[in-house]
Amino acid sequence: MNTLINGLCLGGIYALIALGYTMVYGIAKMLNFAHGDIIMVGAYAIFVTLSMIGSPIATVVAILVAVVICTALGLLTERVAYRPLRGASPLAVLITAIGVSYLLQSIAQLIFGSQSKPVSMQIKIAGVDSLTFGNVSISISSIVTLALCIIIMVGLTLFINKTKAGCAMLAVSEDRAAAQLMGINVNAIITLTFAIGSALAAFASTFYLMQIPSVTPTLGSMPGIKAFTAAVIGGIGSIPGAMIGGILLGVIEKFALSIPFLAPYTTAIEFAILIIILLFRPTGLLGKKRREKV
Amino acid sequence: MSEYMLETRGLGISFGGLKAAQDVNLKIKKNELYGLIGPNGAGKTTVFNLLTGVYKPTTGTFYLDGEELTGKNSIEINKKGIARTFQNIRLFSNMSVIDNVLVGMGNQSSCNIFESIFRLPRYWKTERQLREKARELLRVFDLDDERRTLASNLPYGKQRKLEIARALATNPKLLLLDEPAAGMNPQETAELTDTIRFVRDHFDMTVLLIEHDMSLVSGLCDRLTVLNFGTTLAQGDVDEVLSNPEVVKAYLGDD
Amino acid sequence: MNFKRFKLNHYINYILVLALLIPFAIIGLTGSIKGSTSLLLTQMAYSMILAVSLNLVVGFLGELSLGHAGFMCVGAYLGGFVANYMHTVIDSPLLVLILSMIVGGLLAAVFGLLIGLPTLRLKGDYLAIVTLAFGEIVRTVFMNQEFLGGAMGLSTKTYGRKLYIIALVMVLFTVFVAQNLMRSKHGRAIQAIRDNEIAARAMGVNITYYKLIVFVIAAFFAGIAGVIYAHNTSPVDYGFFSFNYSIEILVMVVLGGMGNITGSLIAAAVLTFINFELTTSLSGDLAALKFLIYALILIVMVMWNNAPALRRVRERFNLGRLFAFIRTKLSKKASEDDSTKLGTVAWDKVPTKIPMDAILSTDFKPDHSFEADKPEKGDQK
Repeated sequence: MNTLINGLCLGGIYALIALGYTMVYGIAKMLNFAHGDIIMVGAYAIFVTLSMIGSPIATVVAILVAVVICTALGLLTERVAYRPLRGASPLAVLITAIGVSYLLQSIAQLIFGSQSKPVSMQIKIAGVDSLTFGNVSISISSIVTLALCIIIMVGLTLFINKTKAGCAMLAVSEDRAAAQLMGINVNAIITLTFAIGSALAAFASTFYLMQIPSVTPTLGSMPGIKAFTAAVIGGIGSIPGAMIGGILLGVIEKFALSIPFLAPYTTAIEFAILIIILLFRPTGLLGKKRREKV
Repeated sequence: MSEYMLETRGLGISFGGLKAAQDVNLKIKKNELYGLIGPNGAGKTTVFNLLTGVYKPTTGTFYLDGEELTGKNSIEINKKGIARTFQNIRLFSNMSVIDNVLVGMGNQSSCNIFESIFRLPRYWKTERQLREKARELLRVFDLDDERRTLASNLPYGKQRKLEIARALATNPKLLLLDEPAAGMNPQETAELTDTIRFVRDHFDMTVLLIEHDMSLVSGLCDRLTVLNFGTTLAQGDVDEVLSNPEVVKAYLGDD
Repeated sequence: MNFKRFKLNHYINYILVLALLIPFAIIGLTGSIKGSTSLLLTQMAYSMILAVSLNLVVGFLGELSLGHAGFMCVGAYLGGFVANYMHTVIDSPLLVLILSMIVGGLLAAVFGLLIGLPTLRLKGDYLAIVTLAFGEIVRTVFMNQEFLGGAMGLSTKTYGRKLYIIALVMVLFTVFVAQNLMRSKHGRAIQAIRDNEIAARAMGVNITYYKLIVFVIAAFFAGIAGVIYAHNTSPVDYGFFSFNYSIEILVMVVLGGMGNITGSLIAAAVLTFINFELTTSLSGDLAALKFLIYALILIVMVMWNNAPALRRVRERFNLGRLFAFIRTKLSKKASEDDSTKLGTVAWDKVPTKIPMDAILSTDFKPDHSFEADKPEKGDQK
């Protein structure tokens, strides 16, 4: 039971990151490899804010700062690195994104060093940090993480399906040229997508720090790759797919870790699942099939 | 040996209920220049895709020189002798002109990977043969002087020609040309007409071509099939078909 | 293109490697070579092998592989393991090295086959992520095998200071295979797949077969590079073969130019050299500077070669033209010093000839069963 809760929690985080990947892929048709590192930057932003102010509202301020910084960073990378390459081959864009990822990591390491920095983000309500039901104890931060993840996902789904901007995003992901002809500002939509994706990354870094309270320059890379895996498993470009994929992967990871025999192979198992799913459904669980015209 | 080089019997395909082509019956004689025309979206390219194994037909069969090829994949069909060009030019743009043709000739060299890597005698022999043949082909198309140019640097008209040359390089019995004159000016079109006729005579080729340019079609083709909404509207001799009121209606609208 | 230049294109790669091999082989065989130099040369050699073999996949076949270090890992662990075993039976270290290279290479090739067979129908980003996954899987699995040394890494018997000679000879072999393959009917088919998969299929090119072949050959050489690594470094450390290393190889390929073997060789040598020097001079957190440089190389190179907005600038200022310019200047003033001229030979091959926007033909469009025919000419008669 604990494992399941932990898995759901981790899955929620993966899902949030995966949403960023999947939205950017769906709309900009590019794999934003640096997404994981935006999480890392968010985590450092939280770390710095927390160490500067010590008041009780520090946590909230820190989250806000992280959101602002991540969004700004997302927009900056999009503008500087990806927009000049719009229309170039996917391979070129992918390699650039890998470059951006490395750039962020190395800059973080130069500034903060490779040592991990402790960040305390435990949330306590009425002085308790976990609730106990019988022999199951759930930490408050897990509950908060899960609840917020669900709220964010629902909000995002509503945003995409109910608002004008969301509609425009769907249109751009369907057919960029046609959307442009219909008077949609494609560049603005792509910018908006990056902004949302990066803001989600900031939340993901918050939740990540609640689970693992320390920051390193490479913090983002593994969760990033795994969340990307989750997005691919769910069918990249599909928002419900990213949620399902993320939660699936989180639960699998925690269960694998809880079985001593499998624990060392956790990463291998997750990636093996990715390969197996892609073999049977080459576009992921909920992905749309696309065919090249002849 | 069959009377017809290509025969299709009730060939059709549907995509999720949409019948992109249905009941297409073509009978193309050996050494014939056959035209496939029709308004936009009539399913002409779909027929080509069926004949080259890009799509598998949902109904019907087709035969090349009496041999059934229904359901075979692109590679097998190419080996059996159907080659095509594309509506939107699909050259190997970062390879030289001669390399483009040599790719098409790959099926005529028996040299395996091991022999290629270690440069065994057979490599040199087959490579020399292929190159001679390729240059001969390029000379026919007046491309020999540009054989080392990158395909993407050729002018448009020559790219079209190179596509035809590349298709011929696979040593086909039947050549499918998908809008060879698209985007050409009248002079280039006239030149192309000569080239296609020359190909038919020189290589003893059977040609099936999709075209919108009626001057090209009426000047070149022996017989025609008109498609509309995936079905056959008319077929037969050129003059007969083009004066058919149904065809005029499909092209100019009903008024 | 004159005849002489044509020949030079054929042999330039061998000349480059021999220019490295012969002087140092003489030094190594006659006197004593500095340990660090020998180490550097070995590293250069396996980087070259890795870069050339990855270029086969990325530059010639046009698929992105992010798991090249994974194949190297297979070679290093399994080749190293076999070598350890062989040392107990065979006396000659050279023979052990050669045999283990064959075994390690073949085993890596088998892995390439196993991973390629089911996954090569995936394309582009999906294939990239699967290769990445593969690399991580291999590493995690090997890391947890007790007979391969577990978390301590596999301790191997290093070959000693003359390893670089064998390693550089292997570079020659790699270049030989890569170059001859690409200049044959098979190589043309492979490049045709890169340029336009649909057209290649229509021309009767067996896509799956060739993709698999390239994958297997690339894996084979990555495996050999791994065995050389295992004879150079003990213990074989799984941490080395991480995703980062795959990227490092990719940086070499991108810097050298997609589909340009000479470029890969030079880029691998230069980057390894810089890396080697940096590692000794930069310690601690400054080591991140290395990755900063890599990142900038990736971004700047790709931007330069691909950004649509830079197309005009690129055509005006490409290195090829620059060197053509220098060459005409040089031939006028023959008294110019020779070092620039040597550079001319090497570097005019470096700028990538292939704009990457044509490399991947994944111009996916939503599934329209019909395509709109060209509207211009339909209704004239």
